[in-house]
Amino acid sequence: MSGTALHDHLTDAGSLWLESARVDVEHHPAAITRYFPAVSRRCGRAPLRHDDVQGLRYGTVDDAARGVLLGALAGAARVDLLDDLYRHGDAGEKRGVLRGLHPLDDPNVSPGSGIGSKLLTLVEDALRTNDVRLIAAALQPYGAHHLGLEAYRHAVVKCVFMGIPLLVIANLTTRQDAELARMLVDLAHERNAAGRDIPADITAVVAAFPECLDRTDLPMALLSELLTANHIHKE
Amino acid sequence: MRIMDPHIHMSSRTTTDYEAMYAAGVRAVVEPAFWLGQPRSSVASFIDYFDALVGWEPFRASQFGIRHFCTIGLNPKEAGDPRLTGVLDILPRYLEKDGVVAVGELGYDSMTPEEDRAFAAQLALAVAHELPALVHTPHRDKVAGTRRTLDVVRESGIAPGMVVVDHLNEVTVHEVVDSGCWMGFSIYPDTKMDPTRMVAVLKDVGLDRVLVNSAADWGRSDPLTTLHTGEAMLAAGFDDDDVDRILWRNPVEFFGQSGRLDLDEQSDTTDAAVPAEFGGNSIMRGARA
Repeated sequence: MSGTALHDHLTDAGSLWLESARVDVEHHPAAITRYFPAVSRRCGRAPLRHDDVQGLRYGTVDDAARGVLLGALAGAARVDLLDDLYRHGDAGEKRGVLRGLHPLDDPNVSPGSGIGSKLLTLVEDALRTNDVRLIAAALQPYGAHHLGLEAYRHAVVKCVFMGIPLLVIANLTTRQDAELARMLVDLAHERNAAGRDIPADITAVVAAFPECLDRTDLPMALLSELLTANHIHKE
Repeated sequence: MRIMDPHIHMSSRTTTDYEAMYAAGVRAVVEPAFWLGQPRSSVASFIDYFDALVGWEPFRASQFGIRHFCTIGLNPKEAGDPRLTGVLDILPRYLEKDGVVAVGELGYDSMTPEEDRAFAAQLALAVAHELPALVHTPHRDKVAGTRRTLDVVRESGIAPGMVVVDHLNEVTVHEVVDSGCWMGFSIYPDTKMDPTRMVAVLKDVGLDRVLVNSAADWGRSDPLTTLHTGEAMLAAGFDDDDVDRILWRNPVEFFGQSGRLDLDEQSDTTDAAVPAEFGGNSIMRGARA
């Protein structure tokens, strides 16, 4: 989500507003509580990429613009401010905070003063909701990195359950494990028993851990569906 | 028929209602903050309710192709409860939120001094946040209550065009018609107004500054009375343009004064009419927890 991508989406008025808000926040951090709710109506709401209709993967213009404001926060007080912005935010503001956490945690961007895992509670809160946009935002690099393994697996399964494409999750290929594959095969089993479709995007995880199909309780048809998918995936 | 229901409590309604409303032509709604049918016991309960009005409920509506906006306020039924006066302190933050297009519901219930204070304070907030105000007339002692309501509106200094006085009927409408305020009518299955009486009122006062809503909530009510009113208008000789004016253009004009009534395709809600496909996956797929 580069600054250039955001800049392409902003009108001159939106761009000016954002820059003057950013400068103000740099000098008066508390002023962000006033700017944050107005970002969408000032800067826009479109997804950053047109092939990402709901902005679940790459975020939206307002997400990125809120990230710019968050980037202007510095110092020890910013953790409390971020917590406050999330707690008092509407769905869009919450999303903006979640997606903006990673750069604040990046040692290259914030040398020596990354926020660490202090705001993992916000990620956990978002994962308790049933709003796909919040769940997707929670699984961007910050949340996807800091979540414990067990919580991470459950978050992935929740995505499948809610129809959120797994490619939205920041680091699935590096964090997926055999236990997650087992949970996804169980979910496929349950769906199969109910006569429902099996989400196509679980097969990549299953393919990475072929031993998870080494069990006797799966119906042949399901097994062959998952194996076929495995095969296709390997090609 | 395209319909904006300018007063409906969707938090109390089911997804089947959302589907029926979409099929009837409803594309946008305004949900005023009100009471829950039983008293709340703390400010925190209001925070959770307001959070739902700017978070969960718009998302729920978006899944059915309906744009959801809300009004935020301390309702008169609870304004006299000493446990809840702190609600006035949390309002300013919510009144800056994107989906908040007015302050409300305000007005009187029993016309007590506490209600007076909450009413005046919130009209001042509407002026400060440059938002319209949704004011309802009391359910009891309606005519006297409507006069007193208009007095308070006048004293507050808010522009009358920024105020809708709601739940009007044949008797109370004449108190409001010359005030410059907008006139709201709630069409219920068996109380307040019905579609036939509403058509008679329209013939009497005209189409200017008139809003028609279902005010559907957890009580006996019907989220499609806006549609039924449109049909009754056509049957009585009004034309399609008149119906569009009452059911769409008027509410859009009134709440558009907030500067936040974004009805463009592109918004934080996704129109279900446009399939939310992404990477070959429909977001509507799958079971919900």
